[in-house]
Amino acid sequence: MHSKVTTRRRQAGWLLILPLVLILVPFFIVPIIGVVAASFVQSDGFGGIIPSFTFDNYRSVFTSALTYQLYWATFKFTVFAWFFSLMIGFWIAYFLVFHVRNPLLALGLFLLCTVPFWTSNIIRMISWIPLLGKEGLINSALVGTHVIGQPLDVLLFSSLAVVIAYVHQLTIFMIVPIFNSMARIDKRTIEAARDAGASRFDIVRLIVLPLCKTGIALGSIFVVSIVMGDFFVVKVMSGGGSASVVGAFYEDIGVLQYPTAAASATLLTIIVSLLVVAILRTVDIRKELTR
Amino acid sequence: MTDQPLENSVARTVRVRRGRALAPSTGGRPWTFYVLAALFILYVVALYGPMVCIYILSFQDVRGGLVFPMRGTSLHWFVDLFTQVRTGDVKGAFSRSIRLAVAVTVITVVISFMSGLAFRKRFAGDSVVFYLMIGSLVAPGLVLGIGVGLICNVLGVETSWYTTALGAQLSWTLPFGVLVMFAVMSRFDNAWDEAARDLGASAWQTTRLVIVPVLAPGLVAVALFGFTLSYDEFTRTLLTAGSLNTLPLEIWSMTLNVTSPSLYALGTVTTLISFLIIGICLGTIARIQKRRAGGPAAH
Repeated sequence: MHSKVTTRRRQAGWLLILPLVLILVPFFIVPIIGVVAASFVQSDGFGGIIPSFTFDNYRSVFTSALTYQLYWATFKFTVFAWFFSLMIGFWIAYFLVFHVRNPLLALGLFLLCTVPFWTSNIIRMISWIPLLGKEGLINSALVGTHVIGQPLDVLLFSSLAVVIAYVHQLTIFMIVPIFNSMARIDKRTIEAARDAGASRFDIVRLIVLPLCKTGIALGSIFVVSIVMGDFFVVKVMSGGGSASVVGAFYEDIGVLQYPTAAASATLLTIIVSLLVVAILRTVDIRKELTR
Repeated sequence: MTDQPLENSVARTVRVRRGRALAPSTGGRPWTFYVLAALFILYVVALYGPMVCIYILSFQDVRGGLVFPMRGTSLHWFVDLFTQVRTGDVKGAFSRSIRLAVAVTVITVVISFMSGLAFRKRFAGDSVVFYLMIGSLVAPGLVLGIGVGLICNVLGVETSWYTTALGAQLSWTLPFGVLVMFAVMSRFDNAWDEAARDLGASAWQTTRLVIVPVLAPGLVAVALFGFTLSYDEFTRTLLTAGSLNTLPLEIWSMTLNVTSPSLYALGTVTTLISFLIIGICLGTIARIQKRRAGGPAAH
């Protein structure tokens, strides 16, 4: 009797999860398999493929100096975007949870930070143009106050602009999970630490930071995977000065070089997965999420 | 006192305790408060400032350029946006994006809700499904787009915004929806629906009368994610939408071709729609919460 109920429950679980699986299989697993498969076939040079097995696409990816330059550039952007979004995100979350005394106000300020997340990324990116441009607000202000004699060129269409746009878009991915982790910290723990004579710096280092590990890991996964998979921020904000891994294989698609693009895409997917797995190893994300 | 809903008194206790813990006995603010408050204000200014700039600049007249100073005020660029050929089919893109977002929202809410219920208990392969979902969330969007395009090529299926792009967007909105459901479910007491079942409610009645009303604010939040993530989705849609553009694709081609304030006008219009949706959703959540807080007291 008992086992029958358990079986029925198990089946119910599967019926409930089935729709999710039915979306993820054709639109996540199959496309990935398709890309991996396409990376081993030959291109006929006209957008078609010759069904044969070859490693040539990978050979050309790995022997091209361009590949390494692209990955180096993308890694650099990833590290900068990750570092700044983590620094800003952590302290914003810390401020909201531990410094704002009215919980309703904290929630309101938290929502204030999240609202832009629900608006268009592309629009938020181009909205830096009137500020950072050669005749933009920042340059006019700096020239107007005689801080500099000539408008700065490096503000827009540069690596700096790319990093600014990333941090602008991605800090929210740090704030939300870190805020969530911090809000769960039992305030009595902190009181106890304070009573025991811990300084506020010690409290952050020894209590808050370790208990926010999951939030930081989750935020890092988002930031790393989004920057590694991005091409439009780099393309628009660098003004063509920098390229990205994804941007490069998007160009390949444009000239119908599917197999080369597929090899490149497979490599990127493997690297992103490895990074995500490495981050996941530091925390049991599922236990934390479903707790 | 017995009329007091338990939730309220718990909330008050928590508030009192938090109030005490957060305000040290000295009462004064530590110096870090002022530093972090300044950081927070700077962050919010940097977050909204640029957006506000383009809203203002979109109201220039015909002489308007891409940077300040403001040249006149008019609705010229909004009219331009919807009437000029060179800005492309903005009206069509709008209507497609909204219809697509509505479809994605409905599907995301239903499937995330079901998945949220499923993940309450362990089932065979639950970890596989979980990591599949995380994989779908972190996979580079363009790689999935290439994959969908290749598969359609092999199968001889045409890509279009209401089939392949719909699926591609769901592979992005569903993991978000389910993650939001996890957060919501963590506050759901399994005893509530067990109690309903013990009192003789059918599975359908339990869902309709107990689970859905309790989870309603969370479901609205899932809907908010579903709509806005679909409405602004770009990388996964780029190679899967077929010949007709959605709005973000239209904006993308405009950033590469159009160098007039009509680009900003489009930004203003699309952000207004986002704000409208956000307002409706947050308003609905607030109303539900308020009714809950006030409900039992009115008896």
